[in-house]
Amino acid sequence: MLPDLRGDFPLLARTVRNGKPLTYLDSGATSQRPYAVLDAMESFEREHFGAVARGAHLLAEEATEAFEAARASVARLVNAASPDEVVWTENATAAINLVANGIGNASAGQGGSESARFRLGEGDSIVVTQAEHHANLIPWQQLAARTGATLRWIELDDDGRLRLDQLATVIDGTTKVVAFTHASNVTGVVTDVSAFVARAREVGALTVLDACQSVPHLPVDVQTLGVDFAAFSGHKMLGPTGVGALWGRKELLDVLPPSVFGGGAIQIVTLEKTTWHPAPTRFEAGTQPVTQAVGMGAAAEYLLGLGMADVAAHERRLAQILREGVSGVPGVRLIGPVGDPGADDVLGLASVVVDGVHPHDVGQVLDDQGIEVRVGHHCAQPLHQRFSVAGSTRASAHVYTTEDDAARFVEALASVREFFGVPA
Amino acid sequence: MSSLEQMYQQVIMDHARARHGAGLVDLDLAAVGESHQVNTTCGDEVTLRVGLEGDTVASVHWEGQGCSISQASVSALTELVEGHSIRESDELYEAFRALMGNRGEDLGDDRDDMLGDAGAFVGVGKYPARIKCALIGWMALRDAIAQAQASGAEGEQHD
Repeated sequence: MLPDLRGDFPLLARTVRNGKPLTYLDSGATSQRPYAVLDAMESFEREHFGAVARGAHLLAEEATEAFEAARASVARLVNAASPDEVVWTENATAAINLVANGIGNASAGQGGSESARFRLGEGDSIVVTQAEHHANLIPWQQLAARTGATLRWIELDDDGRLRLDQLATVIDGTTKVVAFTHASNVTGVVTDVSAFVARAREVGALTVLDACQSVPHLPVDVQTLGVDFAAFSGHKMLGPTGVGALWGRKELLDVLPPSVFGGGAIQIVTLEKTTWHPAPTRFEAGTQPVTQAVGMGAAAEYLLGLGMADVAAHERRLAQILREGVSGVPGVRLIGPVGDPGADDVLGLASVVVDGVHPHDVGQVLDDQGIEVRVGHHCAQPLHQRFSVAGSTRASAHVYTTEDDAARFVEALASVREFFGVPA
Repeated sequence: MSSLEQMYQQVIMDHARARHGAGLVDLDLAAVGESHQVNTTCGDEVTLRVGLEGDTVASVHWEGQGCSISQASVSALTELVEGHSIRESDELYEAFRALMGNRGEDLGDDRDDMLGDAGAFVGVGKYPARIKCALIGWMALRDAIAQAQASGAEGEQHD
């Protein structure tokens, strides 16, 4: 189990709403940062900042070294075969768009025969799931519209688990890409990745994993998972905003056409044409968010230092308190697996619907008690439509979340309906 | 009274429940306009229909779903603007906007009285994230009036 880590996170010491202690339960949206990350970024800015991979001076060397060391740390966190398999992006959304747009460009003929394996068009299909965050849905809708391919999806069952029985029919010989989440940001349910990968391999489809909610909370080994690409962001894993990563198998990244063009990503440029570097550089056109990358690397090291198995165990305990707790509150309904609060395939979060009270109003009453949660559709409207609700209220934990935090949420939730005078 | 209680005043809770003008009806008027507004951050929706008689906002009906602030605000504005001229409804809108931007304080002039029940939304101004909840109905009202004016003008041309 993890020790109490609140002391590592300076922001958690502040008070909110007239001096109330902060109960931060919105880590699924964005996490707070430890001193280890803040200090790494500040010391880089104060002492080593320079142009990465450009110039021959000392600062350029030191900055390049820090930038690449950060890449190696992130690679280690997800057990990539090599740091060259980690591409810096602006965030996870940009990472998914990088893959979708690369496939789109290959489909338009870019990259020649080397990139032919990415091509898709009319008669082909792209498969997503009903659980997706909009970031892993809209790029594929757009790619389908661009190429004439059909978009299909795997549905959710009543417990918020993906219908693995549909894999054999929805994914077929026409399927070229299967894009799916590793863990839902609403239900917290962790996907059986091996089932998706096995079926995708049978039909020769590429797999793209949205790992935003898994990398910060679970041991993630991309080689064992067997997917082709995985996207995650810095700010959900205790790092800064403005940076994320795409992991991809090197042989694929090296032939995926880039979709953002500019300096740094190129080998030879003439006025007529350009040839690109191998990955990851071919995707990193223009000056990169260097300080943020250093911060994300420090976050990876911090998590590795804690041990991801212990992180996962800590959050499983919090999941249990949250889910057991809300199950006992009258008029409150959990979205996702119900009746099994100890389920071990669920992250440390709970999304609930309070009968008779809109999520915004729920959030406001909790906020008044210093409890900060997410309200609304959490960028997952199709999932909420599946459960016939417009939105929900989500409490989500991280390494610094305590059992008291989770208990305070449950207790406060019990007071909401009374505040709004909803009959019991 | 805490900030939370100031925002959720009883009059607001009452409007959220009673929902004055809720339910769309067919209007037998020459100038009718309708507007559908969505709050993209929370998915709240309001569809509001206005019927004009000359320069008077003769009829306001709406349907919607959303938080208590958004629903109560449409209810309060419906009660407030019905029977007023378009110019007066513009003035009410400007007064309400000013109230939202006043960080939880009354405006301190005759506009407070003019706003009636809508003045009870004063506490929303302390919560920037909720101001758009209170404004969604007003956005729908102004758009619907513009649509009604356009449809009325079109009708005249056909006469």
